[in-house]
Amino acid sequence: MTVTSLAARPRTVAAPADVPSPPAPFLRTRRAARGRVTLTRVVNSEWIKFRSVRSTVLTLLATVGAVVALGLLFSGVHSGVIGAQTIGLQPGSGAGPVDVALGGVNLGQLIIGVLGVTLVTGEYATGMMRPTLAAVPRRLAVLWGKAIVFGGIVTVAMLVATFTAFLGGQALIGTAGASLAGSGVLRAVIGAAIYLTGVGLIGLAAGAILRRNAAAIGVLFTVVLVIPGLFPLLPQSWNDTVGPYLPSNAGTAFMTAAHVSGSLAPWAGLAVFAGYVTAALAVAAILLKRRDA
Amino acid sequence: MIEVKNLSKRYGQRAAVDDLTFTVRPGTVTGFLGPNGAGKSTTMRMIVGLDAATSGTVTINGRRYADHRAPLQEIGALLDARAVHPNRSAYNHLRAIAATTGIAKRRVDEVIDLVGLREVARKPAGSFSLGMSQRLGIATALLGDPETVLLDEPVNGLDPEGVLWIRNLLRALAAEGRTVFVSSHLMSEMALTAQHLVVIGRGRLIADVPIAEFTTRACVNSVRVRSPHSAALSDLLAGPDVSIASSERGVLEVIGLSIEQIGERAAEAGICLYELSPQQPSLEDVFMELTSGSVEYRATVEVAPAGKAA
Repeated sequence: MTVTSLAARPRTVAAPADVPSPPAPFLRTRRAARGRVTLTRVVNSEWIKFRSVRSTVLTLLATVGAVVALGLLFSGVHSGVIGAQTIGLQPGSGAGPVDVALGGVNLGQLIIGVLGVTLVTGEYATGMMRPTLAAVPRRLAVLWGKAIVFGGIVTVAMLVATFTAFLGGQALIGTAGASLAGSGVLRAVIGAAIYLTGVGLIGLAAGAILRRNAAAIGVLFTVVLVIPGLFPLLPQSWNDTVGPYLPSNAGTAFMTAAHVSGSLAPWAGLAVFAGYVTAALAVAAILLKRRDA
Repeated sequence: MIEVKNLSKRYGQRAAVDDLTFTVRPGTVTGFLGPNGAGKSTTMRMIVGLDAATSGTVTINGRRYADHRAPLQEIGALLDARAVHPNRSAYNHLRAIAATTGIAKRRVDEVIDLVGLREVARKPAGSFSLGMSQRLGIATALLGDPETVLLDEPVNGLDPEGVLWIRNLLRALAAEGRTVFVSSHLMSEMALTAQHLVVIGRGRLIADVPIAEFTTRACVNSVRVRSPHSAALSDLLAGPDVSIASSERGVLEVIGLSIEQIGERAAEAGICLYELSPQQPSLEDVFMELTSGSVEYRATVEVAPAGKAA
């Protein structure tokens, strides 16, 4: 096979000094569009990047799946549809039907956060960041482009996820369930999607700041999981004064239908959480501009 | 046109690039030569603004790279052929880079054909051989139909056909009036491709000369003479302007006499010769000599002769 294909295409090795130049008109035939780099174009470029790697898309779907599946599972358990007893979630624990149906957010935030991290660290690890920044030498558009594409796609996907989880969950819970018309319910369902998107953006920023996958994921998990878990172990006064301002707790404030005592008001929580996302992206932007690629 | 002025890059105490000044002109292929670790890649990264210079400036057609509004049309760079997401197809990789300045799909198809990757364009770039990756990198560099082309070690990993292809491509690009700046640590490759050479070692400029001038430096001729009576021949040829060295038994390296003179004298004395040949130090030798003081990494342990292993 190999032999025949070689024979079919005889090659002559020309002396290097006098090889004829290749037909080259194609190099100059058409002047490529004299295009400037604009944010819109960089967004388009990042959109092509995002959808052209299968693992990115699969991870996004996994997040949607986790939020919906866990929401339905918790709702089923809560209502007694699944299992004879209530497991993990006691009806009297204060977790209302909205929170139960949105219980998948806890896992979902980790997956979407890791996706945000990987979107950037993957480019550093593979080296793709270099041709990217060579094409966009002012650099910041790359970060904004990634944030816009990722934020946009994730917002849509997470809204689908939280609404599906909520509606499906309430259907399982039945008469004890909540309706979107209920006080704070719509805000909580949309809020959960916003929170997930925000964690994803914090992950993206962490990836841009630390550049290494393991380090960035470590920091992300510390922020959204470990620190909130440690706070109850600290002196009560710390927990009371600082605790509500932690990213995850600020998030809880706007994705819980009923106000939980000791937490921020929903809009204050949203503002604090947005502050974290903005700050993380700002640090990422400064470092991206300053550091060698 | 690339103008590098007093360019330096320091990492702590170590200077990777040390006060470099040179100009790369359009219409010729300029080779950027130096041993590994000499600072070639660092210099190239600074040219396209990936690394910031500690001091000094680099301009492309009179402006800093980042100040060009359509950077891909100014300069197309191949810095690392492997710098591609392995799970993304070559086509999508090119599409993504092209999209940043609104380069049409049509041009993406054009460069794919130009580098001969048509059949594999839809396959993940991670599955490519180094040679195919180099071709993809060159396609990326040519996307914007740039005035200046910057290629870091483009022949690495290419088969002989690919090497020839790059050589011709670079010459064709230069013939169209473009500025072509291509690095290599292989003198022999540059000798065949470049018309001008910038040689650096340990981050410093060693030479900035036309290749012809570099070649004349290599023209200190010696004559290799092999004879069973080399000792007698050595006495016969000795003279004030003649230097004779012997690196192996029965072989003389003679400088200062022509082949004809040596042949005639040997014949008069009735000394039998097995070999009489002109020796020209290769460009490689000149390069080695020029950069010998500036090799960053040198083998310090002699490799043990074969057969000693247990």
